[in-house]
Amino acid sequence: MLRILYFAWLRDQLGCPGETLPLPQGVRSVQDLIDRLRARGGAYGEIFARPELIRVAVNHSFATVDAPVAANDEIAFFPPVTGG
Amino acid sequence: MSCVTVRVQADTFDATHETALLLRRRDDVGGVGAFTGIVRGGGGLVALELEHYPGMTESMMRQIAESACTRFGLTGCTVIHRVGRLEVGMPIVLVLCAAAHRKAALEGTEFMMDWLKTSAPFWKREEFSNGRSEWVQPRAQDDAATARWGTLGT
Repeated sequence: MLRILYFAWLRDQLGCPGETLPLPQGVRSVQDLIDRLRARGGAYGEIFARPELIRVAVNHSFATVDAPVAANDEIAFFPPVTGG
Repeated sequence: MSCVTVRVQADTFDATHETALLLRRRDDVGGVGAFTGIVRGGGGLVALELEHYPGMTESMMRQIAESACTRFGLTGCTVIHRVGRLEVGMPIVLVLCAAAHRKAALEGTEFMMDWLKTSAPFWKREEFSNGRSEWVQPRAQDDAATARWGTLGT
């Protein structure tokens, strides 16, 4: 199962900290996943239409939208970090 | 061999105690660079709420700390970042870098703080006295400060 996590204002706006789902058919990259999430419309449509606001990690490492996605991966979407 | 300590915690930290741990059983340390970040007030700010990505945060902090040890030849370093609700005036982050010489200790500390700010997954939400609360926006100058170090490497 694919695990998707949302942090900070993404989670607030989506009203959900994450979800677990089977790898959707045809999803091979982070970009494919972003396209699927955007297609849901609503808050997902708004957020995932603006990928410049979002950072992605695949299995705890920063990734770019062309990174491959496989079943059982953990994909996290979050805003640019503001720690320190 | 250098020793790296990385922790994410809600509780406060004791910089004196952590410094002593870096010196324990060593005679090759000539200095310890130290930075303590504090929740700065102003504009009606009451507190910060710190969120992180458990697992990835610790892994990025370790990568940054190990990279600093290699790059600056540190004998050891410690990074502790707090999470949860932190009021104005409270300590939020501690970075300690022990080295044979001052330059490495101080540069290592700066390197770690620059990378922490831009690549460890923490997010701050500001809470104001009028009840308003909002997520902190990233600052371009933090990215520029980190960029001067090139890549993180390990």
